Amino acid sequence: MKGAIVVDIEKCKGCQVCRVACPNDVIAMANEVNHKGYHYAYQENQEACIGCANCAIVCPDGVITVYKVKLSD
Amino acid sequence: MDIKDIIKPENLVYQKTPLMTDNILSYCPGCGHGTTHRLVMEVIEELGLQADTIGVAPVGCSVLAYDFMNIDMVGASHGRAPAVATGIKRCWPDKCVFTYQGDGDLAAIGTAETIHACNRGENITIIFINNGIYGMTGGQMAPTTLEGMKSSTSPYGRDIATMGYPIKMTELVANLPGTYYVTRQSVHSPRNVRRAKKAIRIAFENQKLNKGLSLVEIVSNCPSNWKLEPVASNEWMEEHMFPFYPLGDIKVDGKLVNNQ
Amino acid sequence: MKELKLMKGNEAFAEGAIRAGADGYFGYPITPQSEVMEYLMAEQPEKRTGMVVLQAESEVASINMVYGAASTGKKVLTSSSSPGISLMQEGMSYLAGAELPCVVMNAVRGGPGLGTIQPSQADYFQSTKGGGHGDYRLIVLAPSSVQEMFDFAFLGFDLAFKYRNPVLVLSDGLIGQLMEKVELCEQQPRATQFDRSWTLTGRPIGMEKNRVTSLELDPGRQEQHNIHLQEKYRKCEEAETRFELFNTEDADYLFVAYGSSARICQKAIQLGREEGIKIGLLRPITLWPFPKKPLAELAPQLKGILSVEQSAGQMIEDVKLSVGCSVPVEHYGRMGGMVPAPEEILENLKKLLIKK
Repeated sequence: MKGAIVVDIEKCKGCQVCRVACPNDVIAMANEVNHKGYHYAYQENQEACIGCANCAIVCPDGVITVYKVKLSD
Repeated sequence: MDIKDIIKPENLVYQKTPLMTDNILSYCPGCGHGTTHRLVMEVIEELGLQADTIGVAPVGCSVLAYDFMNIDMVGASHGRAPAVATGIKRCWPDKCVFTYQGDGDLAAIGTAETIHACNRGENITIIFINNGIYGMTGGQMAPTTLEGMKSSTSPYGRDIATMGYPIKMTELVANLPGTYYVTRQSVHSPRNVRRAKKAIRIAFENQKLNKGLSLVEIVSNCPSNWKLEPVASNEWMEEHMFPFYPLGDIKVDGKLVNNQ
Repeated sequence: MKELKLMKGNEAFAEGAIRAGADGYFGYPITPQSEVMEYLMAEQPEKRTGMVVLQAESEVASINMVYGAASTGKKVLTSSSSPGISLMQEGMSYLAGAELPCVVMNAVRGGPGLGTIQPSQADYFQSTKGGGHGDYRLIVLAPSSVQEMFDFAFLGFDLAFKYRNPVLVLSDGLIGQLMEKVELCEQQPRATQFDRSWTLTGRPIGMEKNRVTSLELDPGRQEQHNIHLQEKYRKCEEAETRFELFNTEDADYLFVAYGSSARICQKAIQLGREEGIKIGLLRPITLWPFPKKPLAELAPQLKGILSVEQSAGQMIEDVKLSVGCSVPVEHYGRMGGMVPAPEEILENLKKLLIKK
């Protein structure tokens, strides 16, 4: 499985609960801030993402959308 | 594989439900309210109930729940949501009616309404957010504040001798024959979110059974008033709240679960 | 063939609610109006019309159950007596603020505090000037007969839905217990269509959700909302003022009285006229809107007005406002549950206004 997430940067509040929830350390908090002043989440380590959606289901603001493809092997 | 190949509509795994509005939530970063709102709306969507659901918003941090939940909602006065829900459900027995309340609303000013709605076995669902503190009004002690826990009205920690004990409303109402399903969950980790969603789904499905009231307590954090970062507040919650408010089913299908 | 029945005031009100097509009654026992719920429970209207009757855990719960059901467009009511009505004040402010229709009946008893169980009219201020917080009004109907207790259930719901506002039927312990002949009318059907512009029914797919609340955190919008409410109340004042005149054509002196006081005044008028004193009665039927204009129109012919109320004198203030300083206005009434006799009303008219 290869996954990818899209974060709604302007709605993210930088709470970091997604970073902790991710089993593969995909997520980190950006050095930049959004218009509210929050360091938003982003997928720093996208290669490791398996699209499990743990981050998305635990996000209090529902800002994460998750995609995944099955790798045919 | 390029990321552009993954991010395509046909590869979508998870997206916020359209039953949550696009408004930015008024809750603090990391607060369990947002997660719980979303789970309730996902369940309503999955059960196809939106055209028949009427929600009752409380007074508390979630007083503006009707700005975030994309369903018909009425705002109740403080503590009275179970009575408001009773008025609606008795006149519209086929609608899906639920209340969404905090610990002050449900366990302080609303104690009588909570107990009597449970006692009458109203066929409604109560979602109870317990974070052991009064959020909206700035961090005062709640009936569910733990012994020794600091708040703005218990600055030296809750003193049992003068302030009484923290109250376990969920266990209390589980002992009333009018309750059918009573459970305590949390939404701070993926595993708990999945369990909580299952519980919420059961609580809503139960309305069709006409067998009594379903109550789902969500033990939640309050980073702002506990004065902790969100991740740290979840760790504090695991260490301090869960031992006193243990997670799990308390009553299922009208029967108390073993060793209650 | 008219349907006539000998009934108690409280029972007539309950029967009126059923026949007006009410969807639900939520109440709590309190003397002197518990017969309303007892009658409803005994009649089992869920079998007659499907109307729900539920005894709530308190008056606070009752008014909030009414609030909930009203938010969905249902015709619902509650009843209580003075101390219980005090408990309902927050709920009534919310109902008015959220523009919800409902009927509340108050069988006023002696106060303040727990008071007595005998009749009084000392809730006039609470009913017409405030009670709950904020700039709102209740439409207040004052029955003075058992027939009006029956009729005002219908009128109450009509006005409540016309103006999307709570209506208070201000009875008292005497009218509630009085037994008189009532002409009952036909059963009106319960509503099956609901105005989707404001009621909560569940959000139909493709339609905007509705929201019922009295909260508005933006002061600019809240001011607009209050302006809208005030405009509504102006329209109601222009269209819905109701009153009755009795022997006023040649009157030198006027009683202004409502409810049970109006009934007693009618006898006092008869006694006075036998002595040659020309007395009349203006009976407000709506206490809000108060019949200011008809009272002002009568003032030029009068030598004095006596506001007869079983209280320390509350309505007298509205009487004085209506006539300005053009006529002497006095109050007579007993308090604490004591009911005046016609003779003592006449005596006090003489003492306060005629022999100066």
